[in-house]
Amino acid sequence: MAVSGSGVTPAQCEAVLGNIFREFFDDDQLTLRPEMTASDVDGWDSLAHVRLLVTIERKFHIKLSSSEVGGLKTVGDLVSLVARKTAPPSVS
Amino acid sequence: MDAHSYRDLTWLPRCPVDFAAQCRVALACEAEIGSQLRQLAQYALDDNQLIRLSKAMVKARRQGASLAPLKPCRLGVVGNGTLDFIASAIAATALRYGLAVETVTCGYDLAVQETLSADSPLYRDPLDFALIALDWRSLPIRPTPGDSAAAQASVDAALEHIGTICEAIHRHSGAVAIVQNLAAPPESLFGGFDRALEGTLRHVIDAVNARLAIQLRQSVDKLFDVSFLAETVGLANWHCPGQWNLAKLPFDQNFLPLYADNFCRILAAIRGLTRRCLVLDLDNTLWGGVIGDDGLSGILLGQGYATGEAYQSFQRYILSLRDRGVVIAVCSKNEDATARLPFRNHPEMLLKEEHCAVFQANWEDKATNIEAISKTLSLGLESLVFVDDNPFERNLVREKLPQVAVPEMPQDPAGYARTLSAAGYFEAVSFSEEDVKRASFYAGNAQRAIMEQQSGDIGAYLAALEMQITFQPFDEVNRPRISQLINKSNQFNLTTRRYSELDVARMEADPDVFTLQVRLSDKFGDNGMISVVICRYTEPETWDIDTWLMSCRVLGRGVEEAVLQEVLKHAGERGVQKLRGTYIPTERNKLVEQHYPKLGFVAVGRDENGTTVWERNVAAAVLQPPPMAVRSFGFPSLVTEAAQR
Repeated sequence: MAVSGSGVTPAQCEAVLGNIFREFFDDDQLTLRPEMTASDVDGWDSLAHVRLLVTIERKFHIKLSSSEVGGLKTVGDLVSLVARKTAPPSVS
Repeated sequence: MDAHSYRDLTWLPRCPVDFAAQCRVALACEAEIGSQLRQLAQYALDDNQLIRLSKAMVKARRQGASLAPLKPCRLGVVGNGTLDFIASAIAATALRYGLAVETVTCGYDLAVQETLSADSPLYRDPLDFALIALDWRSLPIRPTPGDSAAAQASVDAALEHIGTICEAIHRHSGAVAIVQNLAAPPESLFGGFDRALEGTLRHVIDAVNARLAIQLRQSVDKLFDVSFLAETVGLANWHCPGQWNLAKLPFDQNFLPLYADNFCRILAAIRGLTRRCLVLDLDNTLWGGVIGDDGLSGILLGQGYATGEAYQSFQRYILSLRDRGVVIAVCSKNEDATARLPFRNHPEMLLKEEHCAVFQANWEDKATNIEAISKTLSLGLESLVFVDDNPFERNLVREKLPQVAVPEMPQDPAGYARTLSAAGYFEAVSFSEEDVKRASFYAGNAQRAIMEQQSGDIGAYLAALEMQITFQPFDEVNRPRISQLINKSNQFNLTTRRYSELDVARMEADPDVFTLQVRLSDKFGDNGMISVVICRYTEPETWDIDTWLMSCRVLGRGVEEAVLQEVLKHAGERGVQKLRGTYIPTERNKLVEQHYPKLGFVAVGRDENGTTVWERNVAAAVLQPPPMAVRSFGFPSLVTEAAQR
């Protein structure tokens, strides 16, 4: 499910990410929690990690830079990052 | 049709939203897992879906399920960087081509070590193919701008590196190496000048790729033109520094499905599974508009305006496909006479009736017509591609005839040729004069079919064909076609033994093997090579018929009897007293169950798998002469042969 890159609310963001995670890790019961890390999810190794990021980029039509990706520690960080990148353009 | 279209494989039907659920359902279907998995692979799958499908395959195997009727093969994946996803993507994508591929991947950056060592995990089980996926980063190439001697040394070193790996693979396994060439990174030293100046990475890569293509053309190994693929989608899209830095992914993951599909076409081509016939709708496919409604002056075709030019370009592309051996057929919902009007009378029409081997224009449904085309040409449905602008017709044919490839076409006819090309149905790994003539062979077939219908008496029909049969032993010039027949014949194939081009090369010189390549021509044209026989001396004075296969398009013409006659002649000359033939039953070759008894062989054995063995004395009763002229040449002198044995 692809999402338009502009004007996505943080709530929508989190919902879509939840779906992506559930499909990606083949686990219908998986719920995202802000403090969740890779070690909490079965199959989230370093190779899966890079595929997950590529998938997220594709579905949200965004690009994540190396430093942004390097700074991620928790699922909460990831949700915030994606929300930031898909926020509607600010009006000045 | 742009980079996104290639990335998303837009010619394939869209993947259903419940794909994950369908994978689970397929696994539960014990008897038909192979076909179910193949069915799932028909959709455009992204990298995640490919990996999901490959995991389903692994699960099926672990459950002990048979993946028949998929053809099994084993692929070694050798390269640098992270190869895991490539291996899974290939295994899943190969299902689309009817192949059940098992992969073994070399350890991270251990390409040289693992290919060179005989007891490496790569060789634990026999390998059929090896993908050599080395990119520019792993080769001993250094940019040395302006220094042409160093540049030349770089090129030589790179080719030697690749050569060492291929050679090691040949030595330790019978595998055919499929060698990837180099996709140049878009980062340059000067800009445009990199191309012209020796020693720049661009210049060295150009030189390596040029020489690699030449070398592979003369070897049993094949080229995987990743350079072209990368250029097609754009080097800036193909190479993703972020992904390399993060996880050593050699190219953007998003192109994994495209990479895998292009690679699997090569496997399919080697296995003789490439499609051979293009069936075309007419209205809004070959011209704009509907001939029945718009008439000759109303249809859009020709120079001077965009739409007309688009359709004409598509016709031009189709003609060039025909020139390289793709058979063209028409399948249109029209009055026959109306459909033929543009072919006969439209000044801008490039395709003519004589280019079309079969012309089906009527009001029946297209699936029925396509089946008729398949029968007339004696080409299986899995050899056909059907192009139609109308999604309704496409879906109908997909549903009724799943073996026929039906690409999704863009709205804009300007993209037709590119879409058909991108889909890669006609990939090849060899090319001979015979391939060029193929379109005419099949046109000839259609004419023979008509003549057969018209002449009541088979004997009269065969005599009227004026057939000529030619026998020769295996030789180098015909080696690719011989290997092609050996690897793709399924129905008229007594033992279905598959030999690689390397094996065939060895047989040419082996004095313990008697080989036969058979050609047939008649008054309608040349059928080319249609039969292959291999006999081995297993006991003194006995020939074991290791392989006897024939193309189904020459059934019922007395070819089998003529071949037997020729084999008996050579056997007799060599003091062979007995011929032994074996029939090994498969899902596809029931046709030849009675082949040996029909030729006067006597049963001598049968095992619990249904394999039967037959024998015939060489000196037994003389056969009826076949209804054809016989030519036989190229066989080594008996003296030379006896000396070698």
